[in-house]
Amino acid sequence: MDEALLRTLTPAVIGVLVRRGADFAAAEDAVQDALVEAVRVWPDDSPRDPKGWLVTVAWRKYLDAVRADTTRRNREVLVESEPVPGESEAVDDTLQLYFLCAHPSLTPTSAVALTLRAVGGLTTRQIAQAYLVPEATMAQRISRAKRTVSGVRFTRHGDVATVLRVLYLVFNEGYSGDVDLAAEAIRLTRRLAATTDDEEVAGLLALMLLHHARRPARTTPDGRLVPLADQDRGLWDVGMIAEGVDVLQSALGRDRLGEFQAQAAIAALHADARTAEETDWVQVVEWYDELVRLSDSPVARLNRAVAVGEADGPRAGLAALAELDPALPRYTAVAAYLHERDGNPVTAARLYAEAARAASNLPECAHLTRQAARLNAEMRR
Amino acid sequence: MAKYLLLKHYRGAPAAVNDVPMDQWTPEEVTAHVQYMQDFADRLETTGEFVDGQALAPQGTFVRYDGEGRPPVTDGPFAETKDLIAGWMVIDVDSYERAVELAGELSAAPGAGGKPIHEWLELRPFLSSPPTITE
Repeated sequence: MDEALLRTLTPAVIGVLVRRGADFAAAEDAVQDALVEAVRVWPDDSPRDPKGWLVTVAWRKYLDAVRADTTRRNREVLVESEPVPGESEAVDDTLQLYFLCAHPSLTPTSAVALTLRAVGGLTTRQIAQAYLVPEATMAQRISRAKRTVSGVRFTRHGDVATVLRVLYLVFNEGYSGDVDLAAEAIRLTRRLAATTDDEEVAGLLALMLLHHARRPARTTPDGRLVPLADQDRGLWDVGMIAEGVDVLQSALGRDRLGEFQAQAAIAALHADARTAEETDWVQVVEWYDELVRLSDSPVARLNRAVAVGEADGPRAGLAALAELDPALPRYTAVAAYLHERDGNPVTAARLYAEAARAASNLPECAHLTRQAARLNAEMRR
Repeated sequence: MAKYLLLKHYRGAPAAVNDVPMDQWTPEEVTAHVQYMQDFADRLETTGEFVDGQALAPQGTFVRYDGEGRPPVTDGPFAETKDLIAGWMVIDVDSYERAVELAGELSAAPGAGGKPIHEWLELRPFLSSPPTITE
């Protein structure tokens, strides 16, 4: 049985039910029930038309649920007046589902959970494991999210930027569990890119591919972080880089630049360098200038200071850093790095130790502590 | 079975035997320490005694209710708090003796010079639900 296929079909089947008049929350429940039945039945008796099978079963589940409610709520009229299924089934409703699950009335955590379930076809248990919360908590989060969007009309109109923020969150917060959230985010973004010709969707897809391609080199087998400059570039996934660059180039060709395209362009420049020394830092700085212009994000300015330090020397980097708020996450780590490059190991070691105390995750904390330890050990010699 | 909380302190516990700040170790010693902690948690999972474990950032804030219709009051972070928790591990074990044994193992994590830190860990029993049979 092909679980991946099942998951791909999820949003389309929900869409069919909604078009037939089911409200989103009930449709989503019915499709989850149908998926459970598919997992049970398909291994012995795989249907020729999996989507048709799922639609039929999910619709039956939906009707059962409504009928169970009917005596109490007296909603026979609705059920009896359902339009006959047919013509609408050819339409792919996936895009509307993306918009609904990323609706601005939802908090980011709720939007992420709902997207993974209704668009991604993951089970509540899988999502709970991925985000390290109890299954009951995740179930509550999802049903609250469904209630929040219950009054939202299922239309094509929505801001694609909200969808992109949700997908970016899924990609960037890679936690544990059976499900590879980064790969899942790529799958969902790829699907979205096939549905719309928005340049920033392509930009985000390219960004994800270019970063995912580096993943095998980013940590050692025992979990240590490897900074970009020290990564074994032979471990980078060349095919994925090529795809990312292709996607990015065709997006850039349409000449409607956005932040994700700019970030992807920076990632592409790193991917392009066979060694860290070959990196075209001048161009990287130019792209950071674009990014700062587009987003005015303090994080972009901080990263820009690093790039300036590489392009024009550590003094220039420190000067760029001096214009920023020292309370920014990773500010101290960047300062430590630039001071070390500037030949000031005493200050650098002190700052690395300070940065380790401010780190927001354990691998980063261990990495920064190791940097401080390295400098202190060198100075003892 | 009984649940225990193993608490690791940044500050507030008696001084460890091998008490050298981490940034004065060698990078390899830091790596070995991190690995030991990970292996310890992994091993407890395989024995069925691991419940949960988390590390905490050193920066914390005190918060309290300030009356109807007013936002909570916050205070801190305090640089010089006497007691500062670095992280915890919850274990579910057969006996107090087993809990002590495991805390001892965790305290033997390697530090400077590759030698055990002999760090003091705090062991606190959970208050449990009342038993069904009471007489």
